[in-house]
Amino acid sequence: MAYLALIDYGSGNLHSAERALRTAASASGAACEIHVTADADMVRRADRIVLPGVGHYADCAKGLRAVPGLEDALGEAVIDRAVPFFGICVGMQLMADRGLEDGETPGFGWIQGDVDRIKAAPGLPVPHMGWNGLQLHQDHPVLQGLGEDPHVYFTHSYAMQLKDNGDLAASTDYGAPITAVIARDNMVGTQFHPEKSQRVGLQMLANFMAWRPV
Amino acid sequence: MLKTRIIPCLDVKDGRTVKGVNFVDLRDAGDPVALAKIYDEQGADELCFLDITASHEGRGTMLDVVSRTAEQCFMPLTVGGGVRSAANLVELLRAGADKVAINSAAVANPGVISECAAKAGSQAVVVAIDARKSGDSWEIFTHGGRKPTGINAVEFAAEVERRGAGEILLTSMDKDGTKSGYDIPLLKAIRAAVDIPIVASGGAGKASDLAPAVLEGGANAVLAASIFHFGEVSLADARAALAAAGAPVRPFEPQKVK
Repeated sequence: MAYLALIDYGSGNLHSAERALRTAASASGAACEIHVTADADMVRRADRIVLPGVGHYADCAKGLRAVPGLEDALGEAVIDRAVPFFGICVGMQLMADRGLEDGETPGFGWIQGDVDRIKAAPGLPVPHMGWNGLQLHQDHPVLQGLGEDPHVYFTHSYAMQLKDNGDLAASTDYGAPITAVIARDNMVGTQFHPEKSQRVGLQMLANFMAWRPV
Repeated sequence: MLKTRIIPCLDVKDGRTVKGVNFVDLRDAGDPVALAKIYDEQGADELCFLDITASHEGRGTMLDVVSRTAEQCFMPLTVGGGVRSAANLVELLRAGADKVAINSAAVANPGVISECAAKAGSQAVVVAIDARKSGDSWEIFTHGGRKPTGINAVEFAAEVERRGAGEILLTSMDKDGTKSGYDIPLLKAIRAAVDIPIVASGGAGKASDLAPAVLEGGANAVLAASIFHFGEVSLADARAALAAAGAPVRPFEPQKVK
């Protein structure tokens, strides 16, 4: 049976992501088994993949690379087999070329860009923490049915600087535009936490579980 | 534009809410999970649990409350009370908290702040500062506001930011329980000292008290307990009052996932 692999590499939001995926699946009737796993073979054969992540870029990258074969298995599934992939927060940032939090850390290089500290306008605190509105730039299947003026929960000090604006599916305004959702081919990623964004976030997860990229 | 967060706060002892709670249609007002669910449905932007359990055994109970809440409420959850170490923080985050508030331990040993930030990232580390006016400045109190420390609150706020705190939960001991509005001069003084988000706490008595904390005091979020628990102010009232005064709030309409 088809299954979604939720990658377990020690990320703090793993359980919240699991609960939200299960709730979204049952609310939307998505026929999708969810396996929480760190097993490279399970990831290689998965039909969908969700990569959570929270905290430091370098720590997350290190934690993921400490699991034997995991990064290669992700590449085989997401790039070679083109299965639908959803990265959350640092899980999304890892899709970039590199992270610049406490030195330079290579990412997966799936999406061209760097993850750099938010340059805040005067009077705007960092971390960017709280609910902010989404400006949608793509009519993407994962972003359907979010309602009028959708708001989601952000908590981050670093953000993705994309090389190609064609990869930008949604942004948010924090003095300047901040990358909120990236999308290319079979991949999506959110800087915010859908698992903490009440109905809007659950709807995105439900959309993802039904998504068949062409 | 980032919106002002409205945060109901629940005091929890041995797994039960302690401050009086008076909700119509709620069979067990002592159950923090049931209350959390109501606030979730009403569109709270975040929830805060303060664990005032004294005993060691109570900690496990709190983890269970956090875990059961996170199973049903898909919103940010801050948990504070009795957090002494990065290990305490990690177990609360694993249970489903998104942020952990450190109070007495951060004052006794500020190094714990950097330890926690290194372990889980600044965004997960809140330092709760309880301050009381003392002459021309504000002094920090710990142990639920009982113990004076002689530490200047404004200087301490700058220090916790340097050490990696991602947010300050600022409670005015002078205003707490008075229902006379938030402590605007205190908020302004801390705002001038730090660039991280500030949650205003202590003194909310009516919906119109919320906006000055944001617009004058520079707070990024407003926390309140009794006005919400007793139904004096609904979350919809709070949103409307903030919006009317010019503080941006999140549009909220209950809808189901399709």
